[in-house]
This record gives sequence, C-alpha cells and structure tokens, in this order.
Amino acid sequence: MTFRARHLLGIEPLHPTEITELLDTAQSYAELNRQGRAPRDVLAGLTQINMFFENSTRTQASFEIAGKRLGADVMNMAMQASSVKKGETLIDTALTLNAMRPDLLVVRHPNSGAVDLLAQKVNCSVLNAGDGRHEHPTQALLDGLTIRRAKGRLHRLSIAICGDIAHSRVARSNIMLLGKMENRIRLIAPPTLMPSGVAEFGVEVFDDMVEGLKDVDVVMMLRLQKERMDGGFIPSEREYFHRYGLDAAKLAHAKPDAIVMHPGPMNRGVEIDGTIADDINRSVIQEQVEMGVAVRMAAMDLLARNARMARQETGVMA
Amino acid sequence: MSLLFTNARLIDPEAGEKRGALLVENGRITAVIESGELPQAAQVIDCRGHCLAPGIVDLGVKVSEPGERHKESFASAGRAAAAGGVTTIVTRPDTLPAIDTPETLEFVVRRAREDSPVRMLPMAALTKGREGREMTEIGFLKDAGAVAFTDCDRVVTDTKVFSRALTYARSLGALVMAHVQEPGLSNGAVVTSGKFASLRGLPGVSPMAERMALDRDIALLEMTGARYHADQITTARALPALERAKNNGLDITAGVSVHHLTLNELDVADYRSFFKLKPPLRSEDDRQAVGEALASGLIDILCSMHTPQDEESKRLPFEEAASGAVGLETLLPASMRLVHGGVIDLPGLFRALSLNPSRRLGLETGRLSKGAPADLVWFDPDAPFVLDRATLRSKSRNTPFDGARLEGKVLGTWVAGRSVTETR
Repeated sequence: MTFRARHLLGIEPLHPTEITELLDTAQSYAELNRQGRAPRDVLAGLTQINMFFENSTRTQASFEIAGKRLGADVMNMAMQASSVKKGETLIDTALTLNAMRPDLLVVRHPNSGAVDLLAQKVNCSVLNAGDGRHEHPTQALLDGLTIRRAKGRLHRLSIAICGDIAHSRVARSNIMLLGKMENRIRLIAPPTLMPSGVAEFGVEVFDDMVEGLKDVDVVMMLRLQKERMDGGFIPSEREYFHRYGLDAAKLAHAKPDAIVMHPGPMNRGVEIDGTIADDINRSVIQEQVEMGVAVRMAAMDLLARNARMARQETGVMA
Repeated sequence: MSLLFTNARLIDPEAGEKRGALLVENGRITAVIESGELPQAAQVIDCRGHCLAPGIVDLGVKVSEPGERHKESFASAGRAAAAGGVTTIVTRPDTLPAIDTPETLEFVVRRAREDSPVRMLPMAALTKGREGREMTEIGFLKDAGAVAFTDCDRVVTDTKVFSRALTYARSLGALVMAHVQEPGLSNGAVVTSGKFASLRGLPGVSPMAERMALDRDIALLEMTGARYHADQITTARALPALERAKNNGLDITAGVSVHHLTLNELDVADYRSFFKLKPPLRSEDDRQAVGEALASGLIDILCSMHTPQDEESKRLPFEEAASGAVGLETLLPASMRLVHGGVIDLPGLFRALSLNPSRRLGLETGRLSKGAPADLVWFDPDAPFVLDRATLRSKSRNTPFDGARLEGKVLGTWVAGRSVTETR
C-alpha cells in the first residue's frame, strides 16, 4: 500500500506501509536539507495557504519553511484576526479560500473534527496541523522519524508518553502511530489528565513516573497547558513537577540509552528539568524540530503528487 | 358522521392485539367488533390487515414558535405529526422568549389552534425565563392550559428554588418534568465519555451525571411529594434508582427518546453533527439496558424529543454545532426497530407511545376502547423504505435517520375521527 490519499487529516486512517513511505521520503529530505540541496522545483507553481485558527509560531514556521524550500508560494493567514471575528462560518471561509484555487491548505483549528469538516468542502489537499484534542499527524510523523533515526528502528520499542494526555492531540496521534508500528506504549499521567476509556487503547496505563518509566527506550514528555495548572486538574505547578516532571532521578529508571523528547514549547521546571532538556546525550528535542521540516516537506510533496495523479486519471487539466 | 375501520389488526395497549373492526361516531370510538355482523357506516375504511392503533402522544416536542419560526411552525410541525401518526403534540416551552407567562401561553395555544391539524397541548416553564431563580405563575399557567412544567434541558441547580417549585406545583396537582444531568459534570461535554470520546478528542460527560441528577430529584420528591417526570433516562446506572423510587411509592415516571433506543455513541462517527443530542448518545450497553427498561415498563414513555435546527446551526465543528434532532415523522418507523428486533411487542410499544403519556397528563386519548376519542393511526408495520430527509414535512430536516433503512409506514392518521392525512 502506498500513500495515495488526497488529504493528511490524521494518523488513524493510515496503513503502516503508508507511514513508512512518508518517513522514508522525509528521511531523504532530512539529508538534502543538511546538505542544503533541497529541490526548489517540487512544489514550484503551487500555492500553499497556512490557515491557523489557533496561535502557533513553531508549527506554522515549520510548514512555511517546508513549503518554501520546495518552491511553493506560501501565504499565512491569521484566522483569529480576520473574517472569523466578523461571524463568518468555517465552511464559508473554506469555500472563499477554495475559490482562490490553492493547492495545499494547512489548517489548525481549536475544535476536534473541524479540519475534517473543512476538507469535505474544498478541492485542494488539506493537511491537518492540529484540530482540538483530536490529531496532529505531522507531529507524530516527525516524532516517529526522530525515534527511527536515534534507535535505528520504529518497532518493538518501549515508549512512555507522559503528561497531559487527556487534552493532547500530540498524544493521540502518537498513540495511533506508535501502536500501528507495533511498539509497547506506556501512558503516564495523573488520573485527572488521563482520557476516559484509555484502557481500551491497547496501552499500559501508569500514574506513577518511576513505575511507568522502567526500562523504556523513549521518554516522550507533553506540554502542560498553563490554564490546567492551578487547581483544576492538578493541585499546583510545583506538586506536578515533583511527581511528574522529568528529572535525572526519574529518568534513571529508563534504559541507560533512552532518549528524551518534547513537542515544544517546553515549560522548564514544570514538566521537564532544564538540564535534561539540554543534555545532548539524551535529549533529541532539537532534532525533532529539524525533522519537523523534513516530514512536512515529505507530506506536501506526496500530497501534491497524489493530486497530480488524480487529475491525470480523471483527465482534468488544472 | 360515522366511520368504520374493517379488517384491521387492532393494537390495544390495554387489552393486547386482536383482529376486527372499529366503529367511530361523532369523534369517538363507539364499538370494537371482533366477530359477527358489521354495522352500517357513512364511510368504510378497509385496513387491509394492517395495524390500527391509538394515535401517538409525543411528550416534549419543540415547535419553534415564538422566536424561530424559520426552524419549525405550528403548521409544519402539525403536518409532520400527522404524517408520523402523532395525534397529540405536547410542546416544550424552550422558545424565544420562553413560555413563562399566561400571555405567551395563550399565544401558542391560539397559534396551534389556527394552524395545527393535530391536537396541541402546551407545557410551560417552571421558572421565569428558564433561569432557575423564581418560579413561574404555575396556577395561572395551569388554568390557561399548561399540562406540565419544565425548564427543558436546563437543570434547576438551586435545590431550594427547585424544592419550592415542586412543593408549590404539588399543591396544584401540576406535573413537573425535569432534565436529569448533573450540570457541573456535563458542562461543556458534547459526547459520552469513554473510548470513543477520547479517540475523537471530544469533551465527554460521564454517564454517572444522569444518575446523580436523578438521585437528587428523587430525594426532593421524598421531601415534597410532587408529581414528577424525568424527561429522558438513557443510562443503565440510573435504572435501579428509578425502580427503587417507584417501589417506594413516589409519583415518578420516566421517558426516553427513540434516538437513544436505536442509536449509540459510535453513530457520531466522523463528527456527524446530526447525531449531537442532549443528553449525548450512549454506549451500546446502555442502549440495550434502556430498551429492556422500556419493555418492562420501568421507563414509561417513549418520545421523539423533536428538536428542529436549521442547517446553519448544524454545519459547524461538532463542539459548536447545535444539539437535537427532529423526530415527529420518524418516531413510529424508528420505534418499529424495537418491535422487529424483538425488544417489545406492538401493544407494549403503544403503551409507551400513546397510553402512558395520556395517563400521565390525565387525557382520555391513547386507548382503543369504547368511549375513547377516535385519535387513530393506521400503519403497515413491515413496509420497508429508505428515509430521504428531503421528503420530511418539518421545516428543519436534521434527522439522524437520513438514508437509514426503516420498516413501518403510516397509512393514515385521524384526530377525533377526522382524517388529517395529507394527500400528496
């Protein structure tokens, strides 16, 4: 099975071979990026619009750089500041943009399922850059690629995902991806930040860091949103750091060569100790950012190819 | 004017099913003939061996007058009801503004009389503006025709306000209908918590929120002795509490919508907002448990919870989309899934659809016996069809059954012996 989809809306519908194809393509772009030889003609003549209904600096910059490196014309739209404020519905916004005939639409939205809804209404390819608590597929792919490069494989690894799992689309997409690639997944969080029905996900569930981190190959930390810190879900920042923050003592229970990951932006001293985050022997956090660009180049390249093929098959010239 | 129905499967909710004929004179049933010679009548209708049952009394229908007539009017709701075999609509007061004064109540009574081909009985708000702070003029409203009092999907959270309203309503013998969801838990939730909610990343409410609210209300009933109806019981966990309350002699009944009996949480699938309901759809285990409770009579009343929403309020991301589904026209065919699935028999179904709501509201309808009003539905229980929502009479077509295969077609509807069946 090769990746022939029109959109990249989530990890859930992907087959393991499709994931592998995406990662292989991203791997070659990672090499080209390091050599400074990214091919500028891959997306030449195509229009990429980044529509972010929710604030983002990192992801938006990553998509922008990925598109520009491959030669696309990239436009950023800060949706909070525009027509949404004037009461326009998501579907009308989508139809308006669709009429401008973009080729790639990169969308982030605070509501789960909103990107799926939008994708039903447009002719171009849609990339989900994060929808509510649902999925963030390119983040899971870049995490997968980072693990594969560090560990030499992306199967039969023991991987811990720690922190605010209940509200995290990064966790959901990673659970999907790492599960499809046949890894052991351990979720570690205070019970108030664990999603309901999580036991049916085919994962092991822990509320104790020391127990959960025992002999894992990968420690994936999640960001704790500021608004969840005070009393609502956890008693306080400092109690959270004490019980769930990743420090050297807790990390010592993982395998000696375990890597540490974080999707960023980090809260140093809340979910992760600064010295761990900066430890070049353990932390792959900077590599994650680098792989993010490569994965997004790969995803947009493959989607553009699929769109071209679909046009040829139907005989429609764009 | 006399009317004779012959060759019918008579579905009598009190006495069971029998074959025979039914004579209607001056709007009432005057004879049920099982054998022997048939009397003469001005008009004879051959039921061709299909079912004749007492018309449905649908408790808790939203007609969007006043305020949102573009979603549903008394004319369109009445036509939808007639097409669905519903002969009495019991309307909700969650309109804009709420029906919380005798004056607004008189407005809807008049509008219904002018436009609706079927009977319409109004409910009124329990508290002013449905805000849960001060009780409405329950006495005046009852005199003006309100058959029950409810704040609809808003829970009166202040227990002092609620207990006083219950006490006052009791002194007038007024029925209070309540929504049972602990609001502290359900606030912001759009689906039932569990694996599906987590997979879709949607905020969920524990099914326990229903039992918590029911437990509170039962305690208040013990305190006040009021007449009480829980609008929708949809979870297995709430059933033992309901059963205990009934056994303890409290004046309590419960309802459920047909959607919660025929669909489950997984039907939301890829964020289909037509399946967004209040309370949200439940797990398959809950759906089955509630179906059994309806069959055993623990849950008394089956309704559509008809809630019209226009396309604009549904074509939004799931969390932002409006809740509710239309159901007047699909109540009977959807309910037939329970009959075809062996959950309940036809007399049992019509106890839940017609007899029990009539009894609870003190109406003469809902029966197929001599002397009862001739509110009737004639239907073929086995006729299959695929529902096309474009054919619905409701102004809003937010049905979760679009494209669904259903069995059971209404062939005719009569209110007080007068046909309200639309020919088209």
